Amino acid sequence: MIEIDGLTVTFGTGSRAVRAVRGASFRVAEGESFGLVGESGSGKSTVLRAMAGLNRDWGGSMKVRGQALGRTREPAFYRALQMVFQDPFGSLHPRHTINDILKEPLIIHRIGDAETRILNALEEVGLGPEYRFRFPHQLSGGQRQRIAIARALIINPPIMLLDEPTSALDVSVQAEILNLLRRLRREHGLTYILVSHDLSVVAHMCDRLAIMNAGRVVEELSVERLRAHEPDHPYTKQLLRASLGYDRAAAENLAWFD
Amino acid sequence: MTGQADNTLLDVKNLSVRFQTTKGPVEAVRGVSFTLGRERLGIVGESGSGKSQTGRAILGLTAKNGRISAEHVRFDGMDLTRVGDQEMRKVRGARISMIMQDPRYSLNPVIRVGEQIAEAYRVHTGANRREARRRTIEMLNRVRIREAEKVVNLYPHEVSGGMGQRIMIAMMLIPDPDILIADEPTSALDVTVQLQVLAILDDMVRERGMGLIFISHDLNLVASFCDRVLVMYGGQIMETLDAGKLHEAAHPYTKGLLNCLPTLSSARDLAVLERDPAWLDPIGAGYSEAGR
Repeated sequence: MIEIDGLTVTFGTGSRAVRAVRGASFRVAEGESFGLVGESGSGKSTVLRAMAGLNRDWGGSMKVRGQALGRTREPAFYRALQMVFQDPFGSLHPRHTINDILKEPLIIHRIGDAETRILNALEEVGLGPEYRFRFPHQLSGGQRQRIAIARALIINPPIMLLDEPTSALDVSVQAEILNLLRRLRREHGLTYILVSHDLSVVAHMCDRLAIMNAGRVVEELSVERLRAHEPDHPYTKQLLRASLGYDRAAAENLAWFD
Repeated sequence: MTGQADNTLLDVKNLSVRFQTTKGPVEAVRGVSFTLGRERLGIVGESGSGKSQTGRAILGLTAKNGRISAEHVRFDGMDLTRVGDQEMRKVRGARISMIMQDPRYSLNPVIRVGEQIAEAYRVHTGANRREARRRTIEMLNRVRIREAEKVVNLYPHEVSGGMGQRIMIAMMLIPDPDILIADEPTSALDVTVQLQVLAILDDMVRERGMGLIFISHDLNLVASFCDRVLVMYGGQIMETLDAGKLHEAAHPYTKGLLNCLPTLSSARDLAVLERDPAWLDPIGAGYSEAGR
């Protein structure tokens, strides 16, 4: 379904160039939920943004449903792939009503029957019709993230890219959003690529994951192996140990990987 | 409580913070009581629980539209809610310090980090420039910054989040405070960097007998790092626990929070936190200590 081979992304040129992604490769099967995990600066979000067409300067090859991706994307591409961003405060237009926000993808893709689709989309994400004519500032963080998910879902894309969808939320709200994303995937047979710094979120949401560090995929493993605390790569082992809470011995023995 | 008689650094009794807003008064903190010894005390809660406002109110850093009231906030024979501005300035920074979540907003963006630390040192000790610079490098080494001689010449935007937070801690360390209030000090950091910063805070408590108030939304982190935990909701302390016994929590709110955390070991749907309106009922002064 998705094939990424030797992806590189560089920001800037010459001596100031930052090689954010340095040859990342992975494959995601149809209906799979795949996690991209790493610390800040590992390149995980950049990979996602390059896939979504938000970074045009990339090298290597990317294929979605057998089609090689170019620098620019056709509208048809976005009918297959939609993205949900981290910050539910920044990703919704503050002066548009929820109705406007949900209608926009329908207009772009010339999809009719807006009324029913908008009401359906709201229902799918667990919000009633009374939210339709509200503005984003009238909603809580969790409700806004539900709207962002509804906006991505409203054109029925088979693939969703999720960039830290719950890291700006309280844990009780995070639980609701993660449950919602799991239900939607089950009901619509969606393919997810989820970017997160949180190993337990990825373990909860994904079948397989890739660990990234310094722009490279250091290891791919199944969630079962992660749960059994059996990663192969020393970087993954260290990340896993650090994720389990404060550990004096681990703090003394941190290694640097590049 | 263990060793309360001589080890208590801070005694907070019935602390409340009320804000006047255009939509009427908001009670951010409602009758919070606790004591702090030479220990790592965690305050856990979700956004809006009043955990940060509790920390700020101790130092009188509440915003202008807020009013602090308390029976007392006792520190070294003083009642911090009743001392004058001048005395408070002698406490703030010198004896009780605070670090915030994001070092990028706490450091002055147009002054080299070395100068900022040296300034803090000179204000507190009256030392000359050379002495201040020497101590600055010593402090940076103590928070495990390599090549401190180079780092002192960097501007805040040139350092990473983890290094910025270590610089903040170095600055707070200079006057050797009795108490450090750390408000989500590692929430913006990667987990490995978080471990390093926590180890530094841990040293300060163990080696220098400092009292640490560690404010966080992360239950598991607090359980693994702190000695005791206060769980806050709606401006009140729901319960106080030994950190190691967090998983034996009695209050339904604490249990609910723990249940809605995703874990590595299970893939079931997460429990949804059902909030009981009764949790917002006034608990009454002294509950939190008596209820232990």
